[in-house]
Amino acid sequence: MAALEQLLCPLAAIPPGEGRSFNVDGEHISVFRTRGGGVYAVQAECPHRGGPLADGLVGGTTVICPLHGWKFDLTDGRALLGDCSLKTYAVRVDEQDNIQLTPDT
Amino acid sequence: MERKQKLVVIGNGMAGARTVEEILARGGADLFNIAMFGDEPYGNYNRILLSGVLNGTYQPHEIFLNPLEWYQKNNIRLHAGTRAAGIARRAKQVLGDDGRAEDYDKLIIATGSSAHLPPISGIKTDKGGFKAGVFVFRSLEDCHRIAEYTEGKARAVVIGGGLLGLEAARGLQDFGLEVHVVHRGGHLMGQQLDPQAGAILKANMEKLGIVVHLRKDTTDILGESKVLGLRFADGSELDCDMVVISTGIVPNWKIAAGCGLTVERAIVVDDQMRSPDDRDIYAVGECAQHRGQLYGLVAPVWEQAKVLADHITDKNPNAAYHGSKVATKLKVMGVELASMGIMEPEFEDDEIVQFTEPKRGNYKKLIIRDGRLVGAILLGDISKAAYLMQAFDRNTPLPEERLTLLFDIGAPSKQVTFLEMPLDAQVCNCNGVSKGALIACVNGGKRTAKKVMEATRAGMGCGACKSLVSEIVEWACGGEVEEDPSLHYFVPGVPMTKPELIRAIRTQGLRSVSSVFHALAEGKEDPGSKPGLAQLLKTIWNAEYIDERDARFINDRVHANIQRDGTFSVIPRIAGGVTSSHQLRRIADVVDKYSVPLVKLTGGQRIDLLGITKENLPNVWRDLDMPSGFAYGKTYRTCKSCVGTDFCRFGVGDSIALATRIENMFQGLDTPHKMKLATAGCPRNCSEAMVKDVGAVAVEGGKWEIYVGGAAGSSVRKGDVLATVNSEDEVLRYIGRFIQYYRENAKYLERTHGFLERHGVEKLRAILVDDSEGIAEALDHEIAASIAAYRDPWREAYAPATPNQFSNLLPVLN
Repeated sequence: MAALEQLLCPLAAIPPGEGRSFNVDGEHISVFRTRGGGVYAVQAECPHRGGPLADGLVGGTTVICPLHGWKFDLTDGRALLGDCSLKTYAVRVDEQDNIQLTPDT
Repeated sequence: MERKQKLVVIGNGMAGARTVEEILARGGADLFNIAMFGDEPYGNYNRILLSGVLNGTYQPHEIFLNPLEWYQKNNIRLHAGTRAAGIARRAKQVLGDDGRAEDYDKLIIATGSSAHLPPISGIKTDKGGFKAGVFVFRSLEDCHRIAEYTEGKARAVVIGGGLLGLEAARGLQDFGLEVHVVHRGGHLMGQQLDPQAGAILKANMEKLGIVVHLRKDTTDILGESKVLGLRFADGSELDCDMVVISTGIVPNWKIAAGCGLTVERAIVVDDQMRSPDDRDIYAVGECAQHRGQLYGLVAPVWEQAKVLADHITDKNPNAAYHGSKVATKLKVMGVELASMGIMEPEFEDDEIVQFTEPKRGNYKKLIIRDGRLVGAILLGDISKAAYLMQAFDRNTPLPEERLTLLFDIGAPSKQVTFLEMPLDAQVCNCNGVSKGALIACVNGGKRTAKKVMEATRAGMGCGACKSLVSEIVEWACGGEVEEDPSLHYFVPGVPMTKPELIRAIRTQGLRSVSSVFHALAEGKEDPGSKPGLAQLLKTIWNAEYIDERDARFINDRVHANIQRDGTFSVIPRIAGGVTSSHQLRRIADVVDKYSVPLVKLTGGQRIDLLGITKENLPNVWRDLDMPSGFAYGKTYRTCKSCVGTDFCRFGVGDSIALATRIENMFQGLDTPHKMKLATAGCPRNCSEAMVKDVGAVAVEGGKWEIYVGGAAGSSVRKGDVLATVNSEDEVLRYIGRFIQYYRENAKYLERTHGFLERHGVEKLRAILVDDSEGIAEALDHEIAASIAAYRDPWREAYAPATPNQFSNLLPVLN
């Protein structure tokens, strides 16, 4: 499985409680590092009007889109406020403290 | 594990179902197996809205509060359509009229009331049923029957000119019938109105085409097999095709009396809503009599339900109901009405304040005793009702100037009553939410303004309609609006009011947003609460504040305003709106170099560069070499000015110089919401200083008037004069004090105009100008400390604060 993983960035490239977006072969993916220690990856653009989710406020495992306030659960992409969910991606932090993405399975 | 007790509820109306909801909310599902008897064959509906069903405003399904699925979901065994026939107290059993029985450990009687039938001959046939064409108006079933019978009929009469009777009359009109109301008393709605108000209401009704007969005592309903007319005590007669009897209600107490419980006018209960005869039997709602009083309105019944639930679940064994002061807002015939307490003075010293405007259907009457409100009637314009009901309920002293009790002086409101407002009227103009959508949401079970706003998104754009949305939700709930404690919290994610929160932050030395969540919210981070907490912590700790960047909204992380496409706008500071060829050239060069798609002059007399990508922000700032204009934050934003004395032939004060000083002093200061200021060189007020958060207007004699709390955005309000002073230095001092007081006392995201409305300018003047609380010096000191901590955030172009702060899309490694 490890061979299929994509190295994104060192964990330190994302400040605690924030998100950053990545271009993975043309696919835009936002990765969040929560203050609780979790790392989550979801589609980068809000399904509502394309807002940049990585610029949103994060608390617990919830992100709020900065444009119109839609809310999503980062763990499963479920919409908490709004009516369309997010695509999620599997990510993990490896032994070298790098964030690894598992592309579509 | 202890066996669950059996709880049986007789009555599935508003009181019974609500009481069960309250019990479930207190963990009742773990304590009780619940069974309910209801003699109507469906779930619980909002009886208050029946007249709306009759006149077609609502479909029957729209008024359901607890549909049948609700009972299933909560494991409640509902005997819908089964009337409880008797209670066997010794066997602890309730018997249904279909032979079914339910054992109980605890029993709640919530049988409500029935229509009162006056002693009129000919109501019923020999067989005992109603004569064809005779109806009462209490249930959905009644609604259906009335609607069916109107087919092909010409004239209907309603006996009884009370609230329900009038609503029924209005409903009947919609079926194309000629409608008469026959009332025994001397004026309509004798329970809520005095004779004068009753007369105004009568005139209103007649304008609507309803014929009102007063002092008519009906003795006979004429017609052998069906209704043909009425005969009155004075011998006169009135032909008609149908009659709706609405002469009041009688509590349903028979089942209680039948098993030996004390019944006077209704089932007698103690302060725990329990029968004095049986510790396991409670009664609640219209069928209960508490301290001699009967209550037929929802608000008292909700209070009773809470006490009963607290007690029966042992959540609060000391819970006690002490009776309710009855104050109510009603709508009848499209006329708004509020009524509370007594209708006529009772003692010689009782003071009456009264206003009558029959032509427009307005009537206001207050009865004041010892400076406190003991009764009021408001008909037509009820804009002061909320305030008066509160004063009545809490028994608070009234202001000396009685006129202000009746009118909002200086701010005439054109408030359309909610009933008259068409269903498709747009309430939230940002997200396009109509009145109908709000009502549907309330009927769908969302009973706080917050829940309705989240579900419909109303009020979640610019926020200007929030209070209107709240009022409509309250109205649509018909008095059963739920208390939303988070309304009083500073931010929703930390259950504390602002003063409580500040105290906790100070005493526990909490200097970062994450430490606040950790210490005061059980570690639960609420993302939406972060910016508010950040602002508060910064105000409290200044330089000692531990700035966690993730607590900031994106605008404050990258010091620019995010746009719809994810790009940003850049507005450099141009103090007082005065620029130069050198500055303009530099801006022009930036526009060319970065192909800025839109360059726009702002309302704050600055230049906006729109469509800048996040990556380019630091480059643009470096090339501009101008300080941030803060056109993105909840901060002091800008101070615009008119030409003032330099060129203008009218100017009496140097508005440009003052605006520049203000800008240099307060730039970038974080505040509960954005602040936009202006200075004007003369009272012509070309820079619109009177409608800014803070404005200074030069007046003859070298003086400046300082206005605060103005607004000309989503709300429009003329500011109040805080002070008139003799020098620019004084202007700066009072502005500083005002801003600091606003920072320390406003709610998060409360603009200055709302702040002013809440506190009143007199209070602020006393504190800030006359130093009535002795805090002026401290305010001056605090604001100076904050000003000293200022640093231009655009310097982060040279030293980013976080990794990849300005990156939009990072490439992946390898």
